Amino acid sequence: MSEQTAIQPLYAKLMEKFPESVVMDERPGFGGIVVQSLNLVEVAQELRDNLGYDYLSSVTAADDFPEERLEVIYHLFKSVGGAPALLKVFLGRTEPVVPSLTPLYPGAELQEREVWDLYGIRFANHPDLRRILLWEGFDGFPLRKDWKEPLYEEDVKPYKSRWPEGKGERKELLNPYKDNVQYPREFDPSTWTGDVDQAMYKSLEISDDGNSRALKTDQLVVNLGPQHPSTHGAFRMAVVLEGETIVNLKPVVGYLHRNHEKIGERNTWLQNMPYTDRLDYLAPMSNNFGYAITVEKLMGITPPERAEYIRVMMAELTRIASHTMVTGFLLNDLGAYFTPALYALEERELILDIFEEVAGSRMMVNYFRFGGVARDVSPEVLKKIRHLVYNRLPRKIDELDKYIAQNEIVKVRCEGVGVLSADDAIAFSTTGPNLRASGVPYDVRRADPYSIYESLDFDVCTRDHGDVFDRYRVRIDEIRQSIRILKQVLERIPEGPIMAGKPQYLAKVPAGEAYGRVEGPRGELGFYVVSDGKPNPKRYHVRAPSFINLTSLAQMCKGAKVADAVTILGAVDIVLGEVDR
Amino acid sequence: MAENDLNKPEIDMPAELRQQIAVTTLDRIYNWSRSNSLWPMMFGLACCAIEMICTAASRYDLSRFGMEVMRPSPRQADVMIVSGTVTKKMVPQIVRLYNQMSEPKYVIAMGACASGGGPFKEGYNVVPGVDKFIPVDVYVAGCPPTPQALLHGLITLQKKIEGEHIPNTRWYKKGEVEAIPVPILGPDLFDPRNSELINSETHKPLPVVETIVEGGETA
Ligand code: SF4
Repeated sequence: MSEQTAIQPLYAKLMEKFPESVVMDERPGFGGIVVQSLNLVEVAQELRDNLGYDYLSSVTAADDFPEERLEVIYHLFKSVGGAPALLKVFLGRTEPVVPSLTPLYPGAELQEREVWDLYGIRFANHPDLRRILLWEGFDGFPLRKDWKEPLYEEDVKPYKSRWPEGKGERKELLNPYKDNVQYPREFDPSTWTGDVDQAMYKSLEISDDGNSRALKTDQLVVNLGPQHPSTHGAFRMAVVLEGETIVNLKPVVGYLHRNHEKIGERNTWLQNMPYTDRLDYLAPMSNNFGYAITVEKLMGITPPERAEYIRVMMAELTRIASHTMVTGFLLNDLGAYFTPALYALEERELILDIFEEVAGSRMMVNYFRFGGVARDVSPEVLKKIRHLVYNRLPRKIDELDKYIAQNEIVKVRCEGVGVLSADDAIAFSTTGPNLRASGVPYDVRRADPYSIYESLDFDVCTRDHGDVFDRYRVRIDEIRQSIRILKQVLERIPEGPIMAGKPQYLAKVPAGEAYGRVEGPRGELGFYVVSDGKPNPKRYHVRAPSFINLTSLAQMCKGAKVADAVTILGAVDIVLGEVDR
Repeated sequence: MAENDLNKPEIDMPAELRQQIAVTTLDRIYNWSRSNSLWPMMFGLACCAIEMICTAASRYDLSRFGMEVMRPSPRQADVMIVSGTVTKKMVPQIVRLYNQMSEPKYVIAMGACASGGGPFKEGYNVVPGVDKFIPVDVYVAGCPPTPQALLHGLITLQKKIEGEHIPNTRWYKKGEVEAIPVPILGPDLFDPRNSELINSETHKPLPVVETIVEGGETA
């Protein structure tokens, strides 16, 4: 693997400086540098300051049960592109502690909280280590392999109760509460006093030094959400206000935590494909893409050419649909209630029609397979796509852009609001249009090309101000680039098979690990999977761009007015299915 | 108004009055007016919410049925479309919102998740169906249901409303309708009504496990 060869010289360099504390991960199929937890911060500092790995993309963990070991896994990249530096820290299962990387990479904040929440690995010196997807007081760390959910049947699917005899017994009827719940022994509900929000409010650090100012003011906490028209789903921002100005802000997530990863580790490889649709439900094709190329990396197969073209075509159509929708809803957040969104949805509907025709479903497409795609694209559909790409979309996008970009109110409310500098954007691990709007030309399609993107002509769109308006502009620019890509794809798409080999229900995935990433509409969508050679993934992790983009939300909102927080959130563009997973 | 839409059909009306006068029952006029101006709550949970938005948009156009007035506040809404996966972390809020809606109020469970947990049923943070906590009037199948399916669900709800009879409808009876107790987040989600059951289960003596000494003889 190319990643494996890229890491050797890096290892040699680290060996010189830290001979005692780094070794290569020698397990067959695995790679990366195993670091002693004591020296992790120094090694990371060296990587960031002297070797150029300034972008911490993903932090996650894995459980090696039944071995007495947990792993913390870091993927670091250079913001100029290239293969990752993969760091691992091995820990024991009881009371594991690892130093936090937030002082070096603030972008690790939410991800480290997630690892604490799901694996119970403590991060020393983390500024605000609380549960994130679940709530304070939840019993257990669910992603550990020895933790069992209330409706647990077996470790892996297909379950015997459904296959082959198909007795179909209902697990919840065996549970004493006849429901999807379980409680620890000695738990007495009548004496329960846990307040799930207390720790969060404490972390907001409300100060009452208002007396020092000429006009005495109190700080006030306002909760936006979880049911609020501006939050794009069940999301909550707790903001501390001084007058109308935001002093501090905490995103509160987890209201849509659907346990993708736990379920994903019980599923077979292919069973996870439809689940990826439901991550970022505005861009299901990109999610399919990311998962497919990750597993293909492990399997060592490449899809035939026609399949690659179809994949890119679908991914770019998704990007257009998603970006137009976000643009429409940004206007919603500004108060232009629904009319602009209707313009955007009109184009999206036409693209959904194409998806329905090729995949059978408007939204949940389940279209990609390992080694190709599920169905071929007929000439009639190609004709429809051609019509969209050549005649309709360019005109409609220009129209939308004209209405929005020249609107005085939009400009006043968006320009200079929610500014994020380039350095901050990198430090906070921001990705996608948000990163590029801050002037960093980083696009996975160029930085670490996959599929056929290397052979396609397109520009990486950037803007310089890093404000809400620039985020909007980058999205519109990207739609235009996507149209450009689609034109090339439509011209060159070859005839031929759409699957490498025979389609199979049970993918044979050799033991090992892989990290695959694609540029989704919201940024770098990564999948980290570990296989032990069995029909199910041992570890299945999603590096969700909109979750990680939330890390910088507080930074962008501080000092802004509370009404702007809504706009800033709209421009960050989160999809809750992906944030909470 | 179509001819005879509201009229009680068995009443014979002179032809020249048919367009101007309607003779009908109280039930009929109540139900007719209510079912044609249902205001849904603007409330999205997951992927299904996107299809709900599409249903409200120009192509499928909910407003043809008098339902375009999506209200963000539960106080002004008549129907709650539970559009998406109900998680344990979210369900206290959903119950609270339901309690805050003024009567008459209806619930549509949109999609597999809201109806029964859907693809995520086995998840540790998932409530397998919103009907574990609040009463549901119409279930719409699909993952996600297409906009057409949601429209069908709403029309079904209209039909249901048209069959209501004032004397035995819950909201016109004497006495207050009791609010649903809000579930609480503890070590796992619990319904305060189940406290006793939970208490007795968690304090049960552990089942005695017979230990077999490996390789040894039984004493
Ligand atoms: S039913 Fe399907 S589409 Fe609807 S919320 Fe559940 S997973 Fe999403």
